[in-house]
Amino acid sequence: MDLENQKRVKEFAEKYGPENVVVLLGAAEGEAAGLAAETVTNGDPTYAGPLTGVQLGLRVYHVCEPEIKAEFDPAVYEEQISMMEMVLDVDDIVSEMSSVRDQYCKFK
Amino acid sequence: MKSVIKGTGYILVHTPDMVLHNGTTQTTERVVNPDGEYLKELPSHIRTFEQALNYYPNQVYIGNLTPEDLAAVPQPWHDKDCPVKDRCGKYGQIMPQEEFLLLMQACDVFELVELDREFVAKYKPQLAANPLMDETILARVNEGSDIAEITRFVNDEHSEGLYDHDVLVGCVKRAHDIDVNLSAHVMLENIASKASSVLALLAGVKNAGIDKADVEYVIDCAEEACGDMNQRGGGNFAKSAAEIAGLPNATGSDARGFCAAPAHAMIEAASLVASGAYKTVVVTAGGCTAKLGMNGKDHVKKGLPILEDMLGGFAIVVSQDDGVNPFINLSMLGRHTVGTGSAPQAVIGSLVCDPLDRAGLKITDIDKYSPEMQNPDITKPAGAGDVPLANYKMIAAMAVKRGEIDRAALAEFPVKHGLTGWAPTQGHIPSGVPAIGFARDAMLENKLGRIMIIGKGSLFLGRMTNLFDGVSFVIEKNAGKDDDSGVSEEQVKGMIAKAMKDFAATLMAQADAE
Amino acid sequence: MGVLAGKKVVIIGDRDGIPGQAIEACAKSAGADVVFSSTECFV
Repeated sequence: MDLENQKRVKEFAEKYGPENVVVLLGAAEGEAAGLAAETVTNGDPTYAGPLTGVQLGLRVYHVCEPEIKAEFDPAVYEEQISMMEMVLDVDDIVSEMSSVRDQYCKFK
Repeated sequence: MKSVIKGTGYILVHTPDMVLHNGTTQTTERVVNPDGEYLKELPSHIRTFEQALNYYPNQVYIGNLTPEDLAAVPQPWHDKDCPVKDRCGKYGQIMPQEEFLLLMQACDVFELVELDREFVAKYKPQLAANPLMDETILARVNEGSDIAEITRFVNDEHSEGLYDHDVLVGCVKRAHDIDVNLSAHVMLENIASKASSVLALLAGVKNAGIDKADVEYVIDCAEEACGDMNQRGGGNFAKSAAEIAGLPNATGSDARGFCAAPAHAMIEAASLVASGAYKTVVVTAGGCTAKLGMNGKDHVKKGLPILEDMLGGFAIVVSQDDGVNPFINLSMLGRHTVGTGSAPQAVIGSLVCDPLDRAGLKITDIDKYSPEMQNPDITKPAGAGDVPLANYKMIAAMAVKRGEIDRAALAEFPVKHGLTGWAPTQGHIPSGVPAIGFARDAMLENKLGRIMIIGKGSLFLGRMTNLFDGVSFVIEKNAGKDDDSGVSEEQVKGMIAKAMKDFAATLMAQADAE
Repeated sequence: MGVLAGKKVVIIGDRDGIPGQAIEACAKSAGADVVFSSTECFV
């Protein structure tokens, strides 16, 4: 994850409390989504950014995950995102995201 | 007047040491994690020049293989032996780092680039043997300086080192003591961009078979900015490169728009020619040292070579209709507007569907689409997926939504209407334009009717707007001169001759009658 | 109770996946308080 974005995530977690923050991802692939999710839960796996060694354990979802999609206004989702379901490997993304949450998310 | 694609030039430069010293992923790592594993591991993942030649996507870029050849080779490609390993190709060449450092010095007009005397002596004959170089450029290569002096500049005078196989062989000095816009770092990036643009211009003009004096205007569409503290992006890469490339009658300007800039520049060039403002315009761009090794961490982690070790460059020569070369259809332009929004379907709708709707065409009426032609061998291991394929899936999904293809035909759309990506991840370099050379050839051979070139740009990276951007245009096979633009000079002469003949006949008939 | 309603939402979009602004529109429709939205670019 971009270093500046890591810095902002860390600041927001400190400002609002990690239990009140949710991170939403739009990554193009399962692996990239998983790495970003790991960054905001268990720390930056590339040891480069401000989240290195910082275990925020934040709630984190990819926008195409069914449980998060269910919370959106269907009309808005249809207009903004739906077409990408035909492009992305949603199953792979869901499995990567669930795995990271199961291991590192502190807020269930 | 139609504007046609008269010729194209595509070049690559192998710059392994610049990956280590100038790529931002590496320079950032040196600041935040200087003792980390990545910087230790990295040198063993650097490719040799021979390995860079023996790489399918690079051979496709310079025209020795086609995108169709590439599609037939199973991915990944970095571990495959390529049947062609030439440094020169139909569209241009792959230049080794040694020659490029000399070319950078030749492109510097402010005595900022200094090279080791022995290095120059060793490699100048090699540069002289390069088929794109001429006497004027070679004459600009000076004899070089003492390495002790260069070392002092790097250690004590804020100069950026130039390295070859990890040995200091030169430097780029700062052009001002306090102006950061003229720092050694910026000057190195800009001179590298200029030098690779010069090489592309030379290839493009040569391949188009035109006289250098014919070029009236050059548009540079790279992603660097040159200027000083009072006008940071003042410009002008285009004219600077035209000067070194020896285009005496050219002026020019820089067009900027992140990765979308080449498509913007092509539309501008085509319009300038179509309007009659200029007869020949060249769109050019050099490469970006900052992006070298951009996804290197992922490549090293996965045991791959550093595949982002190439600077890219291209030049497209646009000139007046000759009745033969493919033309740019200016009545079918797509544009992402301020009001379009960033939803992927809105973006594709504005770039693909809107221009087709205006022309009364369907998505399937375009034979091939060339969106962002990034090499998936580079992007997939980095988690960015197969970018061209994702674009084709989006276009196909739109076609399904519009009822123009069956949902069952989704999978075959990318094969039928797409190309497999081969361009290096140099931002603007992969953006639609790499396919123009192949499309021109295919149209001249009657194998292709229409191709849509799509450029997209991440404007939000500049922190000036949150907007996305993009434009598209269509290149079509030329059915013959002036079939769509009124009458030509020959036709006018013919019509006048006929009118005079008719008039004479009338007079004679009248005289006879009297 | 949902995951998003009333929460401070940080958005990390992807130029070649779903851009930040598209996610933002959806998150707001779910009653989230979007505090940050960005789009990353790997190419």
